[in-house]
Amino acid sequence: MSDSVIQVESLSKKYLLHHQHVRKRSTLRDAISDRTKSLLQLVTNPLKNSFRTSELDEEFWALKDISFQIQQGEVVGIIGQNGAGKSTLLKILSRIVEPTTGRITLNGRVASLLEVGTGFHQELSGRENIYLNGAILGMSMSEIRKKFDEIVAFSEVENFLDTPVKHYSSGMYVRLAFSVAAHLEPEILIVDEVLAVGDASFQKKCLGKMEDMTSKEGRTVLFVSHNMGAIKSLCKSACLLNKGSLVMQGSAEECVLTYLGLNHANQLKHTAHFSKPQNAPLYMTSARLFCKGSVSEYLSLGEDLSFEVSFKSESPIQIVKLGYLISSATGDRLLNANNRYQKSPQFDVAVTEGVIRCNLGQVPLMPGQYTVSFWLGHSEFDTHIMENVLLFEVIFQDIWGQGQPLPPNFSSLWWQTEYQINHASVEYLNSR
Amino acid sequence: MTAPTKLIIEAGRIERQYWQDLWRYRELLYFLAWRDILVRYKQTAIGIAWALLRPFLTMIVFTVVFGNLAKLPSNGAPYPILVCAAMLPWQLFANALTDSSNSLITNANLLTKVYFPRIIIPISATIVSFVDFLVSGLILLGLMAWYAFIPSWRILTLPLFILIACGAAIGAGLWFAALNVKYRDFRFIVPFIVQFGLYISPVGFSSEIVPERWHLLYSLNPMVGVINGFRWAILGGNIEFHWIDFLISIGLVGLILSSGIQYFRRTERMFADVI
Repeated sequence: MSDSVIQVESLSKKYLLHHQHVRKRSTLRDAISDRTKSLLQLVTNPLKNSFRTSELDEEFWALKDISFQIQQGEVVGIIGQNGAGKSTLLKILSRIVEPTTGRITLNGRVASLLEVGTGFHQELSGRENIYLNGAILGMSMSEIRKKFDEIVAFSEVENFLDTPVKHYSSGMYVRLAFSVAAHLEPEILIVDEVLAVGDASFQKKCLGKMEDMTSKEGRTVLFVSHNMGAIKSLCKSACLLNKGSLVMQGSAEECVLTYLGLNHANQLKHTAHFSKPQNAPLYMTSARLFCKGSVSEYLSLGEDLSFEVSFKSESPIQIVKLGYLISSATGDRLLNANNRYQKSPQFDVAVTEGVIRCNLGQVPLMPGQYTVSFWLGHSEFDTHIMENVLLFEVIFQDIWGQGQPLPPNFSSLWWQTEYQINHASVEYLNSR
Repeated sequence: MTAPTKLIIEAGRIERQYWQDLWRYRELLYFLAWRDILVRYKQTAIGIAWALLRPFLTMIVFTVVFGNLAKLPSNGAPYPILVCAAMLPWQLFANALTDSSNSLITNANLLTKVYFPRIIIPISATIVSFVDFLVSGLILLGLMAWYAFIPSWRILTLPLFILIACGAAIGAGLWFAALNVKYRDFRFIVPFIVQFGLYISPVGFSSEIVPERWHLLYSLNPMVGVINGFRWAILGGNIEFHWIDFLISIGLVGLILSSGIQYFRRTERMFADVI
């Protein structure tokens, strides 16, 4: 056998879904009465063994027959849409849940980071939480003690070490939590989408730390993210999951492209309808894309772009926050706006449904395909997120009137620039 | 770093490494207990004094009700000491049972996010109750000083009875903690058991007043043997040692503990799925 550190063979995980309209069997009384009933049935009708009636439950395979190998020192991205089974895979690899069938061989100590700050206690100080969190993540006391100063320095919260973390800002909290995790020294590190939190500069620091870990120290990292940019820059190879099965394992670049292809199957889409998600009191019902004022999935270069999002709310609401993000077909995030941060009008009276229109005007997008994601929420946080739900194409038109076709290696964005010319050199102009 | 450890994950695999893992995570046991002790009396005005005040007040009530009003016999020992010697193990058992039964639910965020031998959680809850027990033991010392009561050599056997009480609490706690994950009904059942148990255990009274024909049924409560043992060890004097109660206790505790561990181990692999 080669030096593969993770070997997964035909791994599957089944869940039983209880349907809400059928009586749930979650209380003891139900279980007892159901058991008694089936026992009675067993006695009265012994031929039909219905002791384990499960017609009420629907089987759901979160993972189905997955096999792959990962070599020592690889950084592997795991990508896939929501519900593709990424988190289930990570949970099985970290021994939190048990597989239904299949076998995994792990060579080395595994540490998993499925959430930032697992086990942090609000009432304890930063110092105490470092010890507690370290122990929970599997560090020994001497290890934590040895790295304590390093952890504190990395987190940049020296001054608040003896303050209970309940008084921390969310940024400080995340920094401290991540710092502990970043100083784990397992042979295999499993990371779920935890980098999505924290401010940009700290995110960068964390990515750097992860790169160090793998390139200098030869650790193996499994990394789940929706941020295709991070996947491409961090990982050499990737696994692509879709609806519980492994679609492909290969270079990160290829997987990302296939993923984005899967995502919308290159089917341009100017309108998307959404069903009400669970536990979302405020949600989007549809989103539409307008090019030059009319519904279309084609935008000519330099024309005006608008979005229209319809929403519903269970309780009347006056302030609705909507953000959008335009990404390139390769997953690079390009443009965004969010009236959480930008000025916007609010409803005069509280409403339970409505439409928000975003007029972007002329957008500096070069020819190519772009996806749009939406975030909807109230004044505190987002309640409904739909990623890459619209896909449109920018087609070339000669708005600059030069009669020049575009070379293929342009960037995704252009910028309206005013060129000034002068006969004299810049040095000459400055010296005047 | 040690040599790479090989780990195989399979469905239904009885993990041979479980006890080894438990040893490796022993520091986590300590940290979880430490956390709960630190947090327990945070933002309270009198802090750890609660660990003294609660049993102290209970003791006064029991002394007044059973000793002064009902005038139950105490075999010569001061009634407060009689009550206190029984209340300490009872509260150790009751608190440990309650806390460990709820421990998996209150630590659900850990269960679904990190791996470690789950048995650590209920055990650490028991440790916390044990620390409370040690603190409230000061009351007994205080009472002994007050009544100038000198215990005999028998007090040296006390750790044995403490161990049995802890065993009973952990055993039952493991059962209830595991059941609680699936059936939250046990959140209501456990307080009831504890409340009920207080009256069928010889906490406020001495075992002598239980009629002979009920004695066997009465001693099926494993805490009877423990509490009698505590009284025997602390009060000394003419109290006789109830061998039968004691052996029944040990047998029952052994049964509860081993079946509890087994049931817990069997169900723990699906905790994260159902919690």
